[in-house]
Amino acid sequence: MAVLRVCHLYPGELNIYADRGNIAVLRRRCEWRGHRLEVLEAGIGDPIPADHDLYYLGGGQDRDQLVVAEDLPATKAAALRSAMADGAVLLAVCGGFQLAGHGYTAVDGSRMPGIGLLDADTVAGPTRLIGDLVIEAELEGERHRVVGFENHAGRTTLGPGSVPLGRVSSGHGNNGADGGEGAVTGRAIGTYLHGPLLPKNPWLADTVIRWGLEHAGGAPVRLDPLEDHLEESAHAAAVARAGVRR
Amino acid sequence: MTRTASLAIARTVGRLSRRLGRGGGTSAPGKVLLKIRPGAIQELSARLPMGSLVVSATNGKTTTARLVASCLAVEGRRVLGNTAGANLLSGVATALLDGSARRPRPEVGLFEVDEFALPEVARRLRPRVLVLMNLFRDQLDRYGELEAIADAWAAVVAELPPDTILVLNADDPAVAELGAAAGRRATYFGIDDPTAALAELPHAADSIRCRNCAAPLAYDRVVLGHMGDWHCTACDRRRPVPDVRATRVRLEGTTGLRLEIATPDGPVSADIALPGMHNAYNATAAAAAAIALGIPRDHIGAGLAAADAAFGRAERVRIGDRDAVLLLAKNPAGANVTVQTVLLDPEPLHLLVALNDRTADGHDVSWIWDVDYEPLLPRLERLTVTGDRAYDMALRFVYAGLDRDRVTVLESPEAALDAAVGDLPEGRTLYVLPTYTAMLGLREILVRRGVAEAFWHDS
Repeated sequence: MAVLRVCHLYPGELNIYADRGNIAVLRRRCEWRGHRLEVLEAGIGDPIPADHDLYYLGGGQDRDQLVVAEDLPATKAAALRSAMADGAVLLAVCGGFQLAGHGYTAVDGSRMPGIGLLDADTVAGPTRLIGDLVIEAELEGERHRVVGFENHAGRTTLGPGSVPLGRVSSGHGNNGADGGEGAVTGRAIGTYLHGPLLPKNPWLADTVIRWGLEHAGGAPVRLDPLEDHLEESAHAAAVARAGVRR
Repeated sequence: MTRTASLAIARTVGRLSRRLGRGGGTSAPGKVLLKIRPGAIQELSARLPMGSLVVSATNGKTTTARLVASCLAVEGRRVLGNTAGANLLSGVATALLDGSARRPRPEVGLFEVDEFALPEVARRLRPRVLVLMNLFRDQLDRYGELEAIADAWAAVVAELPPDTILVLNADDPAVAELGAAAGRRATYFGIDDPTAALAELPHAADSIRCRNCAAPLAYDRVVLGHMGDWHCTACDRRRPVPDVRATRVRLEGTTGLRLEIATPDGPVSADIALPGMHNAYNATAAAAAAIALGIPRDHIGAGLAAADAAFGRAERVRIGDRDAVLLLAKNPAGANVTVQTVLLDPEPLHLLVALNDRTADGHDVSWIWDVDYEPLLPRLERLTVTGDRAYDMALRFVYAGLDRDRVTVLESPEAALDAAVGDLPEGRTLYVLPTYTAMLGLREILVRRGVAEAFWHDS
């Protein structure tokens, strides 16, 4: 049995797209394999340790994200940078993706700074990009279809330090123009996919769990396969939905 | 075109819509009417001698409007309203159109209005009474975030004519702030029973920051969702003292509740045939609205007691020799109170949960992960899930800790309903938790089988 230590950042502020569903999936898929998940919740003003295996950053309402953007560099950015350098995992969804990049420029020109763990920058667009989203994702040479829902006003473009998580098959993705979705640098992943992200995408869930356990144990990990019939059916239903609505 | 001609054309659209089987024709005639006569709402509503009452909220607007209608019925008032749930501008126009043909003429308009349609409806209708009940996270893909709705409502309140009576929920911080921010007198309602309290804020609680200064809010008592006895931890904002307050709430299982309400006119008490704490809020809001309309308190008590469930909202139906209750559950806060209500049944629970993701439901189903379904797990005897996104719902329960083999997934709602009812032991009740379009679909089946009334016959 191994222990996966997760640091859930700002669960009180960044939780708008059912982010706790992602944590529930990490927990159960560890437990079903006889591993244990420990979650440390860190809110505004709380310092965080740099020795956790997986850091999770969700999305929030605009006002809450501004509060978080002020707090991140003050109490958490240094520990996060050191954890990333040590090979820990970051999963940043929606607003969390924007905050994990260089920052967000609002319609009025004001700037919400990010912490630059991903080479991504976001500028508010004139409309929200909303709808079912299907991508062909690639991690470590493995390609899988990943599904979810997107709802963001920000248009995100990547610099050379990050690659997209995947190519959009159906939906808008990072900016509705270049066909990319999400950003990956090492073991830091940012994405606009929610729904939540992990329940319908067991491959992605297991990839971040495996990375986290490898960080915890310092050695390669092979995860036992699980019975994923319901997960695959939900995945297929979401793909069918995306096809219907476009 | 003359007014008479415009009204005649629009009515013909309604008859056609009904004949073509396209629902009850509750929106299309109004749409046509507004095209050919854009001022129709102003014109037709101006003819109502008692004016109009508008109710808006994320949750509870249909039931509250129904409770007010019941009080007006005790008064013997002729009411015109959008009882079939068509609560956008076109639905209001259709209701006014239908009412304009009635003789004797209706005296008062009673409208439940979609939270985002409220600005355009209020501007045209100029309501005599505006009741604003609550703001919860609902369909984020359609409506944007909660803050945007609160801002739109603040603009509505700022534009209200000075003689409009504003009725606000003191217990919902974002709603109560509407009165304070506008510096406007309002009638506040709330729940003051100290025993009506949750141990902590539920996960789905939304308004955790002050609308005035953005500091965190603190609660001396949480009643439901983010509603309760709140105050700001930084500025002077706090829950206003309610003018109309429920001093005693006694929940009586899944069948009803008993309510004692203190009002400026004296106490009102009623046994209400609607279950759950959310219906205590609906009834208290309805009492405040009825007082604003000048209804005497004995008629309010009688009206609240006489009301039955609106379609799909704690609506009880008999299927063969078994009972089922439809409990609309369309967003986290609403689903949470539904879960709490179902738990009032002491028997092992049989549940049918139906999840659709159509436009009226919201395309984004992530909200189900914000619902606290977990308390159901130890009490569940049988769970059946159905709908367009049945598998998403199955995953929600499996990741909550339910064994996979204890979930039955049937994508066809009719098959799921029959399976769930077929498995129900005698004397037990099947609780059906559908999203909005899933509820309409299940009701169609029930109407076809003759066990429920078509909703557009509802009055």
